[in-house]
Amino acid sequence: MEDRPTGSPQKIKLLLVDDEKDFVEVLTKRLKSRGFDVTAAYCGAEAIQALRKVDFDVAILDLKMEDMNGLEVLKIFKKMYSDMQVIILSGHETEQTVREGMEYGAFEYLSKPCEFEALVRTLHDATSAANT
Amino acid sequence: MNQDKQARREISISFTRHIVLVVIIVSFTPMIVVSGIILDQYYTSYREKLYAHLNEMVHKHTQNIDGFLTERLNDIKFLSQTCGDDQLINESVLYEKLVLLQRNSGNVFEDLGIINEAGIQIAYAGPYKLEQAFYAEEEWFQEALQHQYYISDVFLGLRSRPHFIVSVRNVYQNERVLLRATINFEAFNALVENLRIGATGFAFIVNQKGKYQTRPHYDLIQNAPSYLQVIKKAEQKENGVYVGTVSDVFRNKDLIFLAAPLKNEDWMLVFQQEREDAYEDLKRTQIIAGIIIFVGALMIVLMNLFFFHKAVGRIAEADKAKEMMNRQVIETGKMASVGRLAAGIAHEINNPVAIMVEEAGWIDDLLNDGDFDECKNLDELKNSLKQINTQGKRCKDITHKLLSFARKTGSKLEQIQINDTIEEVIGLFDKSTYSRISFELNLAEELPPIYGSRTELQQVLLNLVNNAVYFLEKEGGTIRIATNFDNDNVFIVVEDNGPGIPKSNLERVFDPFFTTKPVGKGSGLGLAICYGIIKRRGGEITVSSAVDAGTSFEIRLPLGGQDQSSDNRPLPPESIPA
Repeated sequence: MEDRPTGSPQKIKLLLVDDEKDFVEVLTKRLKSRGFDVTAAYCGAEAIQALRKVDFDVAILDLKMEDMNGLEVLKIFKKMYSDMQVIILSGHETEQTVREGMEYGAFEYLSKPCEFEALVRTLHDATSAANT
Repeated sequence: MNQDKQARREISISFTRHIVLVVIIVSFTPMIVVSGIILDQYYTSYREKLYAHLNEMVHKHTQNIDGFLTERLNDIKFLSQTCGDDQLINESVLYEKLVLLQRNSGNVFEDLGIINEAGIQIAYAGPYKLEQAFYAEEEWFQEALQHQYYISDVFLGLRSRPHFIVSVRNVYQNERVLLRATINFEAFNALVENLRIGATGFAFIVNQKGKYQTRPHYDLIQNAPSYLQVIKKAEQKENGVYVGTVSDVFRNKDLIFLAAPLKNEDWMLVFQQEREDAYEDLKRTQIIAGIIIFVGALMIVLMNLFFFHKAVGRIAEADKAKEMMNRQVIETGKMASVGRLAAGIAHEINNPVAIMVEEAGWIDDLLNDGDFDECKNLDELKNSLKQINTQGKRCKDITHKLLSFARKTGSKLEQIQINDTIEEVIGLFDKSTYSRISFELNLAEELPPIYGSRTELQQVLLNLVNNAVYFLEKEGGTIRIATNFDNDNVFIVVEDNGPGIPKSNLERVFDPFFTTKPVGKGSGLGLAICYGIIKRRGGEITVSSAVDAGTSFEIRLPLGGQDQSSDNRPLPPESIPA
C-alpha cells in the first residue's frame, strides 16, 4: 500500500510509544498510510534509544508501560529534545495524570479508544504548533 | 428483622433487669448492714439507758422505803426512850403521844399499844377497840418478842385490814413488854405505788415467803415464791439490784424486772414492766426508721428503674445509630471496592477496545483505497466496520461512565444555585415530547447556594429525572422536585408516582450495573454515578419506594461544600493495573 499524499512536503517524523504491540502495529500502519514517518517503540527504554538516533517531530506516548511510567518518559523526552511535541494517548485517564501530563509539557492528552481522525488532527496541530 | 428486634428487646430487658438487680444489691447491702448496725446500737444503748434509769429508780425507792421504815422505828424508839413504859401504860398519855406522832409524820401511825409478855395489850391508843387484845398466838408478836426492834410483815390481824407494826421491846416490872405502833398501810403502799412507769410498769414489795407486802397493781405473779427464786437467780448489779426477765405464762407476756432487797433483806422491792411497754419508745423509733428505710429503698428501686430505663433507651438509640453507621460504612466500603474494580476493568478494556477500533479503522482505510471496490459485499463490510466502530464507542462510553463513578472528576468547583440548576435540567425535557408527564417544582425560597460542581449536580439531577421520566413515560404521571435547607444542609427531593421499586431491588439501586431497564436502554451506572458524586461532596443520597406508589430520592448536601474525593478516592492512579 502506498502512502497517501500529505499536506507537508516532508514527512512528519513520529515516535509511537506503547507496550500494546497489536495497538502499535495497527496504528503504525494507519499513520504510515496517512503519510507519517512512524517509528514504533514498545517500551520506555526503547523510545529513549530511538530518540537518541532521530530527532522526531512528534511522539505518541502511552502512560502505563511495563518498564517505565509514561510521565517519566515524558520528562526525559522533554529534557533530551524539548522541540518534540508529545501527545499522551492512554487508557488510564485520571484527573491527576492529565494534570501532570500537561504540566510536564505534553501537547495534548487523548484517551483510548480515540477517534483516529481526531488523533491525526491533533498530530498535525502539534507539528504546526512546533513549527510556529 | 422482627426476630432481630424481638431478640434485641429481650436482651435489653434482661440487661435492665440484671443492672437493676446489681444496683439494688449493691445499694441495699450497705444500707441494710448500716441500718442493722444502727438499729442494733440504738437498741443496746436504749436498753442500757432504760435499765440504768430503772435501776436508779428502784435503788432510790429502796432507799426511801428503807429510810421510811427506819424513821418510823426511830420514832418509836425515841418515844420509848423519852417516856418510859410506866408513863405510856397510861392510855391518855399514849393517846397524846399518838396524836403527836401523827402530827409529825402525817398520819402514818395508826395506833400505839403496849403488850405484855403474855401477849395481852395492856394499853392502847387508836381508832380500834383493841384494849386487852390478845396477841400471844400471833406470829409477829412472837417474833417481836425475840427482837429489840422489829418491823413485821404485812398482815391482816384482828382488825382485818392489812397493816404492819414496828415495835420496841422494853423490860417493865421484870417483864418484857412491847411498845408497838401500827403503820398505816395506805401511806406505806403509796410510797411503792409512786413507782409507776409507762402503762404496765409498777412496783411491789414481797417478803421472803413470797407474800405481797404492798398491793400489787394486779395479781401478776400467781406463784410468787418461784418468782422470788427467778429474781434471785437473775444478774445482780453493783448496787445489789437484780435485773432480769421473766415470762408471764398466764398472759403470754414477757416481763422485765428489777428487784432490790429491803429491810435487811426480809423484803424485796420488785419493779416489773411488760417488755413491750418498756420498749415502746424503741419500737416506735424502729417503726419510723423502718418506714424511712422502706421509703428510701422504694425510692432507690424507683430511681433505678427510671434511670436504667432511660439509660437502656439511650443505649438502644446508640446501638441503632451505630448499626446505621456500620451499614453506611459497609455501603461506602462496598462502593469503594466496586469503584476500584470498575476502574480497573475500565482501564483494562480501553486498550483492547482501542486496538479493535483501530483494526476496524485500518480495514476501512484499506477498503477506501479502492482495491476492494469490485467486491460485491463491500457495502456489507463497510456496514460491519461501522457497527464495530459504534460498539467501540459504546464501550468507551461505558468505561468513561465507570471511571466517572469511580474517581475524581476534573469538574470545576463553584457556588451553585441548586434551584437554577433544577430548572435548567427540567428545561431539557421537551414538554411536547413528554406530554403525559407533569413536573411540579416546590423550590425553597432563598435557598443558600452550595459549593460544588455544576456539571456534577446537573448529572445527578439529570440521572434522577431521566429515570423518573423513563418509568412514567408509559402510564404518565408527576415528577415532583422540592428543595429545602437548614443551618448546615440543603435537601433535594426528586419523587415520582410511577411503578415504584420492589423491596428486593431497593438496596441494590446504587450498585453499579444494576438496572431493570432492557439491554441497551441503561448501563446501570446512572444511580451509581449519582451516589459517587453525592458521597464525594460529603452528602448523602437515599431512596424510598413503594410498589405502585412511587419512588423518592432524597439528597442531602452540606452547605459548606466539601470535597471528599481525596479521602475517598476508590482508585489511586498508581494502583491502576497496566
